[in-house]
Amino acid sequence: MQIYLPIAEVSVNMFVLLGLGGLVGMLSGIFGVGGGFLMTPILIMIGIPPAVAVATEANQIVASSFSGVLAHFKRKTVDIKMGLILMLGGLAGATLGVQIFKYLKSIGQVELLVTLSYVIFLGLVGSMMFVESLNAIRRAGKPGALPKKKKHNWIHGLPFKTRFRTSGLYISVIPPILVGVAVGILAAIMGVGGGFIMVPAMIYMLGMPTKVVVGTSLFQIIFVTAYTTLSHATQNFTVDAILALLLIIGGVIGAQIGTRIGVKLKAEQLRILLAAMVLLMCGKLALDLLLMPGELYSIGAGGH
Amino acid sequence: MLRILIAAITLATTPLLAQETVVVDLSQNRVDITATYSGSEIFVFGAVKREAPLPEGASALEVAIVIEGPLETVTVRRKEKKLGIWVNTDAVEVNEAPSFFSIATTSPLSDMLNDGDRRDYAIGLDYAVRPQGQAEENIESFAEAISRIRQDDGLYSQREGIVNLTEETLFEANILLPANIVEGDYTVRVYLIRDKNIVSDTSLAITVRKAGLEVWLYDMAHNTPLLYGLMSLLVALVAGYGASEIFRRLKRA
Repeated sequence: MQIYLPIAEVSVNMFVLLGLGGLVGMLSGIFGVGGGFLMTPILIMIGIPPAVAVATEANQIVASSFSGVLAHFKRKTVDIKMGLILMLGGLAGATLGVQIFKYLKSIGQVELLVTLSYVIFLGLVGSMMFVESLNAIRRAGKPGALPKKKKHNWIHGLPFKTRFRTSGLYISVIPPILVGVAVGILAAIMGVGGGFIMVPAMIYMLGMPTKVVVGTSLFQIIFVTAYTTLSHATQNFTVDAILALLLIIGGVIGAQIGTRIGVKLKAEQLRILLAAMVLLMCGKLALDLLLMPGELYSIGAGGH
Repeated sequence: MLRILIAAITLATTPLLAQETVVVDLSQNRVDITATYSGSEIFVFGAVKREAPLPEGASALEVAIVIEGPLETVTVRRKEKKLGIWVNTDAVEVNEAPSFFSIATTSPLSDMLNDGDRRDYAIGLDYAVRPQGQAEENIESFAEAISRIRQDDGLYSQREGIVNLTEETLFEANILLPANIVEGDYTVRVYLIRDKNIVSDTSLAITVRKAGLEVWLYDMAHNTPLLYGLMSLLVALVAGYGASEIFRRLKRA
């Protein structure tokens, strides 16, 4: 059944949108990522104008993250204190990111930058996680092998230390704020929640236990993407309520199913699957840059 | 006196062909884009009014119907390979590009009308985009690109031979407005053509507007964006909570 989207000004099949929302929502529930890095390029591929895709996707991520985080709250796998600190950094980063985005738009290379940052970050994060989880699986195969002891690195020398009870950490607030800012900037530039960067950053840089990473990531994503949605709605008028609603309905159901699947999978399996998915998307985007496009010309998102 | 005489003679001799005028109507002059809008068909029908019978041996009558969306200025970018990757290098703003352009004719266009008139009256896909007073180099190739991309999107089309002409008097054609049109004032232009020249033309308007929920949301997004944004967020949170609750109950049951 076709439905005409009032802001995107195109007609699309309702069930395609519901299905896409469900699929991406499921991945979001399993891995604790917003799924924006998958959904935004897919929406653009099915003909939604990029500006609308980016803004509306932010709105959808709010819903799927909220749905997912509720399930995590019940299992007490959300480090609220850590989430709030990440969020503070995230909001600052998002504000900065929007300014960078505007500047790059004025010099005319924003599309290239977005694709390049996708390729670079998806590539880096994907391969790191892939190698790491392969090693973890191999270690787990050998009986008697002990997990590496937590390293006592430079992070522990920083001031403003505080205790994160849920994560079982006693570290400075500076690294989480910096991680939040960095992810916030990237989120604004790439039009995603940033979970795919946040999750590995929390595991590898902050040393948080995998168990609480997903819930905490979802928790802070809600705030950052809600902020992004409002910015787009008030500055660019590019949030499409109908598109968002269809993606949300599919997404929240998918996220519920995903969260339940996620609990059943082992952490290493979870990570290697996410890594494979990230690398796949990275490869697709890299090919777009490297192969000669079928049509050299493109009509810009007008609206002057 | 002499001048009047000359004028009278000219008047008497010029209409080698009988005076013909075209009369047209449409099945609808308003298209409402509602939430379930999936394209619509405009039935264009008309007749040829003649003051006098056709002289013997007159060449065949041809009809061209053009439906055109509002003209807009469009930014077109071209990619080039730089340092191994394809990047946008040139951007040109092309003016006078219709958002929609569909032409229907009785015969192949190039056989039935001279090139000058085709260009002057924008009859044909090759003249759909008509940049005005733009000095940029290669403006032609950018204008052609718009036409090519929009043909792929189904927004520009040229269908030759689909206008039915009966007894050189009655004609009709179905023109499809696809699902991805934008709102605005559309024009329908109809041309009668003989001997590769336009003998009569007329134009009608079609109003394409969003309606119902579509127009309500669109207006809200533009007039009260903060409220619209907050509403979008509220919908997201309620949906997220709702799904979580429903699944919790399902699990318990």
